[in-house]
Amino acid sequence: MNIAVLLKQTFDTEAKITLAAGGGIESAGVNLIINPYDEFALEEALRLKEKAGGEVTVIGAGGPRVAEALRTALATGADRAVHIEDPALAAADEYAVAEVLAAALRKGSYDLVLAGWRAVDDGSAQVAVRVAELLDLPQVNVVTALTVADGQASATMEIEGGGQRVEVPLPAVVTAQKGLNEPRYPSMKGIMQAKKKPMEHLALSDLGLDAAAVTPKTRPTCHFLPAGRSAGRVIEGETPEAVRELFRALRFEAKVV
Amino acid sequence: MLSLARRIADQQGGETAAVVLGHNLGDCAADLARFGADRVYLADDERLAAYATLPYTRVLADLVRAREPRLVLAGYTVMGRDLMPRVAARLGTGLFTDCTGLELDGTEPVFTRPIYAGKAFVRGMAASGPALATIRPNVFPVQPPDDGRTAAVEMVQVDLPPADLRVVVREVMRAVSARPELTEADIIVSGGRGIKGPENFKILEELADCLGAAVGASRAAVDAGWIEQRFQVGQTGKTVSPVLYIACGISGAIQHLAGMGSSKCIVAVNKDPEANIFKVADYGIVGDLFEVVPEMTAVCREMKAQG
Repeated sequence: MNIAVLLKQTFDTEAKITLAAGGGIESAGVNLIINPYDEFALEEALRLKEKAGGEVTVIGAGGPRVAEALRTALATGADRAVHIEDPALAAADEYAVAEVLAAALRKGSYDLVLAGWRAVDDGSAQVAVRVAELLDLPQVNVVTALTVADGQASATMEIEGGGQRVEVPLPAVVTAQKGLNEPRYPSMKGIMQAKKKPMEHLALSDLGLDAAAVTPKTRPTCHFLPAGRSAGRVIEGETPEAVRELFRALRFEAKVV
Repeated sequence: MLSLARRIADQQGGETAAVVLGHNLGDCAADLARFGADRVYLADDERLAAYATLPYTRVLADLVRAREPRLVLAGYTVMGRDLMPRVAARLGTGLFTDCTGLELDGTEPVFTRPIYAGKAFVRGMAASGPALATIRPNVFPVQPPDDGRTAAVEMVQVDLPPADLRVVVREVMRAVSARPELTEADIIVSGGRGIKGPENFKILEELADCLGAAVGASRAAVDAGWIEQRFQVGQTGKTVSPVLYIACGISGAIQHLAGMGSSKCIVAVNKDPEANIFKVADYGIVGDLFEVVPEMTAVCREMKAQG
């Protein structure tokens, strides 16, 4: 079974976010990681491969540092990597990224496409679903359990107030939620082997696309930081009195209960 | 959402339409009219009884193509986040996810949405129409209903090719809980490392049930295996903005604050007076949560009894 994993490189979740001098978010000096939800997708792909054989291909779009994330995925156990890099993608939005990822997927033949259900940076939770639509594949989103047999995937997905188990014919796009598995770390041996594994670098023209095909459909106008919260009041006193004062404040000052 | 759409339509002099998909929909149009819909599209079909990505995408995308609205809004709910990116891709258009702000710049909608789980925000506009957005629950005010309003009702023709029925639901597991959904709750009672074990969430649940609140947790509590992942609040969990967030035994790691920092009022209960959570809390009690939380439940019950 051949599996593609869509991989995004994001800021570390512990990163402090500041604005860049020229607008936008400052990225200098920020530790970059594989989007944690994509790690669940990669781990699931590796487990399916270990059971059913086949190949795991990781595909990522973005600047030169994305290659580090792809190399890490190879060290973790993926077989091949595809890095899509093009100056025309500098201002890419979800629409544009989905277009290039779909084009890269069309070049291969995959039984299953896995991705994180959202990225921890922009949190738009769009790209994998858009890719499913562009490739006319069914999607199962926000999955916490997955089994594959006889050309069918059975997946448990989150719904309001619980979960549901759905069955879908392959190929399909499945997005991973935390809880799907416990991702492994790259081993020393894996890191050594990763250096010899193939990483393909593709520009838009290699995908049969031009700059017009990736013109963003959305235009950011400004970035800003939330108004900082300031520390409020610590209510002193013995527990019964403090709790009474708290509820009085919640009711009459904050008016929230 | 209808209130929001109504406000935008009134500013622009446009019309607001509600789209309802389901089966045996009955008379929902009157209510939708009272909350601001000028027009109600009803797509009533057995195959739409439960939400399914491909059939709902087909109906909504076809309707948008036919009627060419300037703006399409859906809630950022389990359904909205599954449906709207697919509709956007089919229409070849942009989508703004999980919006917390929507204003007009002249006649163009400007969307505000959190990024990095609320550590920053971005404003943006659609480069071409229609503009699609999912809206964070609980953020925009609901206008009081206007009983004088009525809406024109139109039935939508539902044509679904067999390929739209490729995904089959085999089993639905309802979590047995009368508590509200975390992302939609007005009040959340949340526990962290200080809870010390799975059995102790019970004391938070008692307070939550008195307040009509949802129960949440920090990553520390989830990673320790004390509570299911779907209760996690933070950058790798859910982003919430309730009216009241009560953090019990939560230190206030940056990734947790990102997920609940937009709450209107934050209460912190923690043994450690230096805990980060106190830096963002409106009210804090330094103390043992095993003492403070049951006391809160007792006072809450007393208040409820008094009405």
